[in-house]
Amino acid sequence: MRVLMAMSGGVDSSVAAAELIAAGHDVVGVTMRLWGGESDTGCCSVSDVEDARRVAQQLGIDHVVFNFTEDFNRHVVDPYVDAHRIGVTPNPCIECNRHLKFERLSERARVLGFEAVATGHHARIIHLDDGTPRLARAHDRAKDQSYVLYTCDRDELDRTLFPVGSMTKDVVREKAVALGLRTATKPDSQDVCFISRQGGRESFLGNRIPLRRARVVGTDGQPEGEVDSVELVTLGQRRGLGGPGGGPKKFVVEIKREGEEATVVVGPREMLMTQYEVIDNIVWPDGQPNEVVGAGLAVMVQCSAHGETAPATLKIEDGGLHLNWFEPHLRVSPGQSVVFYDPTDTYVVGGGIVSASRTK
Amino acid sequence: MERFARDSFANPTGSHRASREARQAIDESRDQIASLLGVLPGEIIFTSGGTESDNTVVFGAVRRTGGVAVTSNAEHHAVLHPVEHVNGIVVPVDAGGVIDLVALEEVLRQTPNVAVVSVMAVNNETGVITDMKSVSRVVREHAPKAIIHSDAVQAAPWMDLAPITAVVDSISLSAHKFGGPKGVGILWLRQGISVEPLMFGGGQERERRSGTHNVAGIVGTAAALVETRAEMDTVVRRVGVMRDRLVDKVTATVGGIHEVAPRSSRVPGSAHVCVEGVENEALLFLLDQANVCASAASACASGAMEPSHVLHAMGVDPNLARGALRMTLGHTTADADIDLAISALTESITHLRRS
Repeated sequence: MRVLMAMSGGVDSSVAAAELIAAGHDVVGVTMRLWGGESDTGCCSVSDVEDARRVAQQLGIDHVVFNFTEDFNRHVVDPYVDAHRIGVTPNPCIECNRHLKFERLSERARVLGFEAVATGHHARIIHLDDGTPRLARAHDRAKDQSYVLYTCDRDELDRTLFPVGSMTKDVVREKAVALGLRTATKPDSQDVCFISRQGGRESFLGNRIPLRRARVVGTDGQPEGEVDSVELVTLGQRRGLGGPGGGPKKFVVEIKREGEEATVVVGPREMLMTQYEVIDNIVWPDGQPNEVVGAGLAVMVQCSAHGETAPATLKIEDGGLHLNWFEPHLRVSPGQSVVFYDPTDTYVVGGGIVSASRTK
Repeated sequence: MERFARDSFANPTGSHRASREARQAIDESRDQIASLLGVLPGEIIFTSGGTESDNTVVFGAVRRTGGVAVTSNAEHHAVLHPVEHVNGIVVPVDAGGVIDLVALEEVLRQTPNVAVVSVMAVNNETGVITDMKSVSRVVREHAPKAIIHSDAVQAAPWMDLAPITAVVDSISLSAHKFGGPKGVGILWLRQGISVEPLMFGGGQERERRSGTHNVAGIVGTAAALVETRAEMDTVVRRVGVMRDRLVDKVTATVGGIHEVAPRSSRVPGSAHVCVEGVENEALLFLLDQANVCASAASACASGAMEPSHVLHAMGVDPNLARGALRMTLGHTTADADIDLAISALTESITHLRRS
């Protein structure tokens, strides 16, 4: 098969490329240039492109670089900034996978005559009894990345390969060492690639939007402190709220925005517990399941990249998709993705973004 | 060249027998190059390439006089970036890709202490030729103390450089653009004009560029320039015909091919086109698969293609600029290469537009 292998310059995609070659595929490596600005966290740096190129050379495959900086700005960076401006918590890695690694790269690969795009993600593609492909959790559950890949639809899954999804990370590193790949001991990338470690979110956002100070008050309206930038405050946050030490732990339970004025309300953890969330921007890999308009679809739900899962039922109510938790659950910050897995918590059945407006 | 790359290891600045041999080779190379440029041998400085030559003049002139550097917004980055670095003034080009002389005049009138005006003789992306005589006239009149520099890297294979050196004060050349080795450059600096050196050290090149000479490279550069000049008339004629056939045939077959400047204003080796409805990154990939080596604009450090600042400067529609393709023909290009390029281009463009 002709495969376009997305090589970030990390160990997973390096080994993935080697696996594809060993399996007899005709492989071309590609590194996407995504972020055109400054970065010190990896992902788009010149040294990562060099690593990818050197690995490709060592494996004897062609390597190209595609410049997708415009698309990245449009689909990932600008929405990230806008989300902070309006007070929701974005997940740029998911948007990058959705728009860049899948839509853009997958389409480019198709046009260039490739039958599949491969990435170094830890996830698997399984087929149900009727042959339907599903995005499944990685063999190495601790490294599973299916959460950030949930936007893959069926067509994309049919044209995607995850060569290291069936390996533990240890095996990946062992293989890289055995092959003598320069990326064998490279640490995993962790942070948002376009935010520099030195400046952090505050400096990145501060250069793009006005950051506003906000009062922090208790549920009784009594002042508790101040924050420098309300744009950086997230629902459920506990640290950095300027309150005095000691006493019961307090969490952000509400962020009020009235015109120019913003107020952060803190309260006990119990106030964050909820029975439901409303979900927007829903993705079903192949169409909405009938159950959500009927009795409800039982699913396991994951609310963050490496979060725990919890059972819930999905149902269309008042024209929107409601996620009803079995047990009261901590509220999920608006803007965050929630991913639905089958009741055995094995494969993705859909996902969406937590709405900022609760209709109930 | 081979002799100095393989057998003769001496440093030309030594005083012994072997050094003298290397020294002689450099001296002779310098004479040959000077005579082809219509300049004095002592005015030729060997550098590591066009970039170093350009940087030397921009930084060197500004550091020497404390004055201002002026250039156009379609220049090669080897000029544009140093000028921006020293907070110089960037003058727009017109839609044809040539520096706007009215705007240049305006800048020179308003800026009392212009140190250097740098204008490329031939644009590296589009092949557009600038008439250095008219640039020179404007600068001499309005900034008589300014050094007139011309990045002539892309002009060397296609035109007699003597008329350029006659009207400017310095030019940059890069050996590999006329068949010489990579990593060797020439800076011609008119006698009586001096700039601060970039490199200090052993005082080679009359204290103007320290660093041990690349003897083999310099000998190869001179040989390549001699041959380029000897064959120039024939090559220019032959390549022009091939370029026209390439662009005409592709245009007639697939349509939607735009040339950003008339061919008459460009060097014959430039087959720069904008392909409607196609992303050049995808097109370059398919051409590469078909063994056709082309480019789009310039590559950044990662190897990714950057959107062209030259086309932007010329006001080309950004959507059209996305399909910019920079094909270059040279003295080794043969009719069979053109046949291959025509078929690869027409197939790739048709495929991409259909997908």
